[in-house]
Amino acid sequence: MSKASIAIVGAAETTRMGKVPELSQTGLHADAALNAMAECGLTPADIDGIATAGHDSAEIAQYLGITPTWQDSTSIGGCSFILHVRHAAAAIATGLCKTVLITHGESGRSNNRAHRPLFPSMQQQEFEAIYGPLFPPSRFTLPVMRKMKDDGLTLEQLAMVAVVQREWASRHPRATAHDPITVDDVLSAKMIAWPFTKLMCCLVSDGGGALILTSAERAQDFPTKPVYLRGMGGESCEGPMVSQMEDFTSSKAFRVSGKAAFESAGIRHSDVDHLMIYDAFAHLPVYGLEDLGFVAKGEGGAFIAEGNTRPGGRLPLNTNGGGLSYMHSGMYGMYALQEGVRQMRGLSPAQVEGAKLSVVHGVGGMFSGAATVVLTSEDQW
Amino acid sequence: MSDRMQPTIYSETQFYWDGAKAGKLLLNACTACDGGAYFPPRPFCPKCGSRDVTVQEASGKGTLHSYVISHMPAPGYEPPFTVAVVMLEEGVKMMSNILDCPADPEALELDMALEVTFEARGDLMIPQFRPAKGGAA
Repeated sequence: MSKASIAIVGAAETTRMGKVPELSQTGLHADAALNAMAECGLTPADIDGIATAGHDSAEIAQYLGITPTWQDSTSIGGCSFILHVRHAAAAIATGLCKTVLITHGESGRSNNRAHRPLFPSMQQQEFEAIYGPLFPPSRFTLPVMRKMKDDGLTLEQLAMVAVVQREWASRHPRATAHDPITVDDVLSAKMIAWPFTKLMCCLVSDGGGALILTSAERAQDFPTKPVYLRGMGGESCEGPMVSQMEDFTSSKAFRVSGKAAFESAGIRHSDVDHLMIYDAFAHLPVYGLEDLGFVAKGEGGAFIAEGNTRPGGRLPLNTNGGGLSYMHSGMYGMYALQEGVRQMRGLSPAQVEGAKLSVVHGVGGMFSGAATVVLTSEDQW
Repeated sequence: MSDRMQPTIYSETQFYWDGAKAGKLLLNACTACDGGAYFPPRPFCPKCGSRDVTVQEASGKGTLHSYVISHMPAPGYEPPFTVAVVMLEEGVKMMSNILDCPADPEALELDMALEVTFEARGDLMIPQFRPAKGGAA
């Protein structure tokens, strides 16, 4: 029997999401942080660890009035916050701090910010950007034609990713897009980067989110239902040049991160009740299902198209509607975590009945990085 | 095409762009481990870490490994345009556009044979690929 050592005791998104032109990016961080502190009865004076990505953690600390003994500004793209959860867990476990605040805020739509969140890559500029793929829709999607030929992934299966996630979003009042869509709707939408239409690409939103972590033994002191970390998660990177992915049909970073998270948690795939896979584009859940080992290689598209991940299916996936339908500020990983926490608290508008174990997996950059954590409602296993 | 993005060149990669100006596609290759070519250029082998590397001229032959047809804007490009990844005969991948070929899925068959060509851009020549003359690689 193992006992949980780390708990998430605070979790909140910004008061509003989607279009929030009245808040700066710094303001979005703060709004989410204040909401998370309020729900668990903390003030900035109670926080001694801070982490964020795409923004200087020192600015967030100063803005909120926090004096940390531990900080982490690691920014590997949109999954950074998932990585911060495991970094924060390690910091708490080794006594570097006691109570960590992880914040995300991004003015992706209104662009009320001073800088872009990702580090520029020198070789990506010199050997890729010069050929014109300047935006994620024409970079992140580059491996997909290869996967379609080698693994039999079809356009209709990719479209079904968007269709199924819209079914989940329709249950979430805070999701941006609610109206049902069909495969035909997806395939006939505006072409963005063949073979990807607009409905296979993520939304562009303003928003933020925050998490508060502490030791499991302190979790009972808070008014919120604790969500525990099972194992220490995983992370990896392959690099910012998508053209240099070793295998266009599989993400090395996904495989390494997922394997570490599953081994650390001591779980099998059949133990997982709920799954979040960061979906900036429709192919990512397909790669994620395969590279995390939920299905065999080449079976991810059919698994989704056959309805296994939709409401009532055996593996509920992206139950907030994902980046395709819920929201996508640019660094979506925080929202995947928020839905994982809601599910483990039993409070999601799209609640999976009896769910006790949630895997949250995210991508950073364009298949550049990955991070994975396992959340549970149980304090021992 | 002069408003297309220029690469920022560093001392470690200058040979590559000098080669392109001379009509050659140059690759680094390791002489310490398997002697294989690698890309993008750097003065050490990414497989074994050895600094014992050389420069070789690629055959210029390759195949279409994957692509998208971008409808997004880019300076100097008229959407839709093809962004591709080419698998070189030497076993390394590199990005390219596909010249002399419509940006149309009907014209872009995966694994089709390609050959290197060079696009004049400012003072530089940019390695590019086009369908191989005479068919199969």
